[in-house]
Parts: sequence; C-alpha cells; structure tokens
Amino acid sequence: MFRDVQTLPPVTPPSVAEGGEVTVIQSGWRLGLRSFAENKLAVVGVGILVFFVLFCWIGPFFYHSDTTISNLVNSNSAPGTGNPVGTDSNGFDILGSLMVGGQAALEIGVLAALIATVIGTLWGAIAGLAGGVIDGAMMRVVDVLLSVPLLFVVLIVGARYGASVVSLAVIIGVFSWLAPSRLVRGEVLTLRERDFIAAARSSGSSRSRLVLRHLIPNALSVVVVNITFQVADAILLISYLGFLGFGLTYPVIDWGDMLSNGVSNLLNGYWWEIYPVGACIVLAVMACNLIGDALRDALDVRLRRR
Amino acid sequence: MSTYLLRRAFTSVIILIGISLLIFTMLQAINGSPGQIVLGLKASLASVAAWNKAHGYYRPFLVQYFSYMGNLVHGNLGASYKLNEPVATILAQRAPISAYLSGLGLFFAVVIAFPLGIYQAVKRNTLGDNIATTGAFITYSMPVFLLGLLLIQLFALTLHIFPVGAPAAVSQSSSVIGAITDPRAMVLPVATLTLLSVAGYSRYMRSSALDALAQDYIKAARAKGLPERLVLMRHLVRNACLPMVTLLGLSIPALLAGNLITENVFNYPGLGIMFVNALQNEDYPILLAYTLMGGVLTVIGNFVADIALTVADPRIRLA
Repeated sequence: MFRDVQTLPPVTPPSVAEGGEVTVIQSGWRLGLRSFAENKLAVVGVGILVFFVLFCWIGPFFYHSDTTISNLVNSNSAPGTGNPVGTDSNGFDILGSLMVGGQAALEIGVLAALIATVIGTLWGAIAGLAGGVIDGAMMRVVDVLLSVPLLFVVLIVGARYGASVVSLAVIIGVFSWLAPSRLVRGEVLTLRERDFIAAARSSGSSRSRLVLRHLIPNALSVVVVNITFQVADAILLISYLGFLGFGLTYPVIDWGDMLSNGVSNLLNGYWWEIYPVGACIVLAVMACNLIGDALRDALDVRLRRR
Repeated sequence: MSTYLLRRAFTSVIILIGISLLIFTMLQAINGSPGQIVLGLKASLASVAAWNKAHGYYRPFLVQYFSYMGNLVHGNLGASYKLNEPVATILAQRAPISAYLSGLGLFFAVVIAFPLGIYQAVKRNTLGDNIATTGAFITYSMPVFLLGLLLIQLFALTLHIFPVGAPAAVSQSSSVIGAITDPRAMVLPVATLTLLSVAGYSRYMRSSALDALAQDYIKAARAKGLPERLVLMRHLVRNACLPMVTLLGLSIPALLAGNLITENVFNYPGLGIMFVNALQNEDYPILLAYTLMGGVLTVIGNFVADIALTVADPRIRLA
C-alpha cells in the first residue's frame, strides 16, 4: 500500500491559477464604493460638497469680511472691486455672508438628517422585528405623522420654538424620521427570515443585540442612501423657513434668510442679492441628490437602473 | 375586494383620529391658555385665569379633546382671536381661490408629465431624454420660491409678457371669479406649481414606463406586428399610468406645501398667505385647523387613490 504512494509522481501545488491572478473577493462596501466612483455624476456631487465644506469653513480664514457691523454707506452696491459679489441692504459683503451662511445651512442639514436617521432606523427595526400588533401600531403612528404636511408642522413648531441651529435641527429631525423607518422596516422584514438571524437567536442573543448587532448593520445600505436624501430635504426646508422669515435671525446668517432679504429688492434689479444665494442652495441640494442617486445604484442591486 | 376596501376605510378612520389627536396635542402644548392673548398683555392674572376657566381651558385633557372632536364633527373649527372670526368661515372663503390655483397646477402637471415620461422611456438615453432628466433634476433640487423668482425675473421683469403678481381682482374682491377672469396673471403661479410637480412626476413616470416596456406583453404585441404607435397607445399607456394614480394620491401634502410657498411669492390671496400671516400673528387656531384640513385631505386622497387603483388594476381586485 505504501509502496503505491512512493511511486506516484510528486505533486507540486499550482503557483498561479490559469487565466490570471485570483484576486481577493472584496467586501460589498468596497465593490459598492468602486461602482460609485465610476459614476461621473457622483464624483461631481462629491466634489461640489467638498467645495462647499471648504468654502464655508476654510474660506472665512482667507477672505475677511464683516458680517455683524453694518455699513450703510456701502449698501446695495453692485459687484465690483472690494466686493466680488456686491453688498446687501445692510452693507454686508455677500461673498462673506455666503460663506458664513453656508455653515448654518450645512450644519442644520447634517444634524437633522442624523437625528431623523437614528430615530427612524431604531423605530423601523424594532417594528420589523416585533411584528404583529406592535408592528401595526408603530406603523399606524408613522402613517398619522406622514399624513400631516411636513412643511406646515415644521413651520408652526419652528416659529414657536426654534431660532438656533440645534433647535431647528431637532425640529426638522423629529418630523423627518418617518421615511427611514418605513425603509428600514421593509429591509428588516426581509432580513428577519435569513439564516444568520435564526443562528443568532438560537445562540441566545437578546432582541436588542439582534437589532443592534445584526439587523441594522445589514440594512445599512438603505440607511446610507436615505441619509443623503434627508440632508438635501433638510437644506431645502431650512431655506423655506428662512425665506418665510422664521429661520435663524440676525446676527446669525443663513442662506434662506439672505434670500428673503434679497427678494424684497427684486424689483430694484439687485440681482446679486438673490441669484448667488439661490445658486448655492441649488448646487448643495443637487450635490446631495446626485450622491444619493449614485449610492442607491451602487449599493442596492435590486434598484439598479436599467 | 370589498373586504380590502372596508379594511382600508377602517385604517383611514383610525389615522384620522390619530391626526386629530396629534393636532389637538399641539394646540394644547402651544396655545393651551389663550386668555393672555385675547385679553392683552395688560390684563390682570386673575381676569386671565377667569377667562380661561370660563371657556373651559382648565378641564382635563381628555374632556377638552372630546369637546374639540364634538365641535369638529359639527363643523366648528374653533375661532381666531386675532381676526375675530370663526376659522371655518376664513377657510371657506379662501379655499376656492387656493383650490383653483392648485387644481390648475395639478391638471397641467399630469397633462405634461404623463406624455413626457412615456417619451423619455421610449427614447431613453437619447439627447431628449437626457435633457429632460437634467432639467427635471435641477428643478427638483430648487426651492419652490427660487423657481417662482426666476420665472418672474424672466417673464415679467425682463420680457414683460406677464404681470408680476396675482390678479388684482382677486385681492380686491376676495373671490375666485377674479382669478378665473384674468388668465394672463395666473400663468406664472400655475407654471411654478406645474414645473415643480412635473419634475417629480416625470421621473416616476419614466421609471414606471420603463418597467412596463420590459414586460412580455409588449414583446408579444410587437411580435404580432402591431405598429409601434398602437403598441404604445394600447398597451404601454394603460399599464404605465397605474403607479401614477398612487403617486397623485401621495402628492397631496407636497401640493399643499408648494401652494403655500407659491402664494407667498406671487402674493396670491389664498390659504397659503393666510397661513403665513397667521404664523406671524401667532394665530394658532387657524394654523392648526389648516394643518388638520391638510391631514384629512391627505388621508382622503390616499383612500380615493387606493379605490381608483383597485378599480383600474384587475390584478389587485382578483388577488
């Protein structure tokens, strides 16, 4: 018997498989990120956002302008030397105001999106896992809150309570968590039947561990896509609040507020008080929407565009 | 099918009760003791307390809620203290004016978005499709008031084709007849609402038409030798319009919100301007009654859309 083994030719393991090198299978996130990076529009969107972050936070270090002490001599002057985008009715330089105003808009946007996503994800995951009557009751609450127009409620509560970055972000976040909760609940209902959940359950994990350690990380692709759209919606809501006069007040500047002041000068022809701010808002929202669309295409196979 | 509709009706009633509870809680939290607002800042604390007690604002929460619901059922939406009028009268006076604007906007949005979405799906990835998609994307990312301002700047101030604001006759006579008889002044507000809605609808319509185009019955119709025009008209259009029905029902909150901003930009004296004025005056009965109305309209709209979808789509009926 052993003599047969000795007469066999020596076996050498193959050094390289035929057809080329075998690459390590990358994780789903890496694959998604790569397909995201190949989408040119997504790269443009990321570029726009990076530009705004630099413009709003690093810009004021390089471009000094006063946004608290008004200078009525210089008010409403057209773009020219000294004021690249002109001045508004208080004499504030518009480029400087754009930089500072962007800080508030982006901060509120991101903070509101985070609050909404955290609340919505937990609510949806718990409802999806519980099922039955609890699920029905939780989703009826979502339906009730979804039926009331978001803008109205945010305007009412914001006019009454809000006038700072944090309070506005909390108000918007508290009324925007409904969409993520529905999405996460849908994901959890699918994930619930998978084997790894059964394995986790049978190895004795508590329900909170199931939700936090297993369900939510696997539903994360939906959540990430939703965050970008929430940021876009929050920036739009802030601009509506500011336009109607209920956003942040002087001396804190905000893009919506700038637009509201500029609109009263529409008939005077002071276009530099309106359109640069408008362009900033549109670009920021468009960048978030582009990134969200591209992430959705990259991360979620089922929704891949034809 | 009727059990499905009964179940939906039951759910809608529960949601309506939930909405009324939410609105009433907000009313109590923000405006729980309006004695101070009514009697003014110089009134003494004792008279404020007496006023509040006489009007029943110190009763337990549930008792007040049931009396509020009783009032609602009888059509009494509360009274505005700042304007000294019942809220229902104010709403009823302004509602036709706003309904005219929103109705026109919705009508033109559907009329434009429906063929546009089908055109985009049939000619996908060509220049026309890409232009339409880019245009829709930019419009979708724009705040409504910026869209209105751009239209005013372009058409009213630069080209002088349309007037800047709402029809003057509407403001003076506060009736919708003034709006109906001045179509030139209605063009820009309606165009703002329409463009905003078209941006969202055409994206949705395009993807639902693409889904329908990939189905087997389209292939079968083409294989049968039907001319392309008939394939589109007879098969694609009917199947692609089904998700639109649901979308229309779901877009009522967005329509109300767009209405609010547009009326503010064009100074059109409807429910939107009433809302903003009430916000500035801190007139909470009007604000919350309008929000309640918006919620009820949304629930009714969703229910009607569900019924319409059940009627239009045999697959749901027989499932």
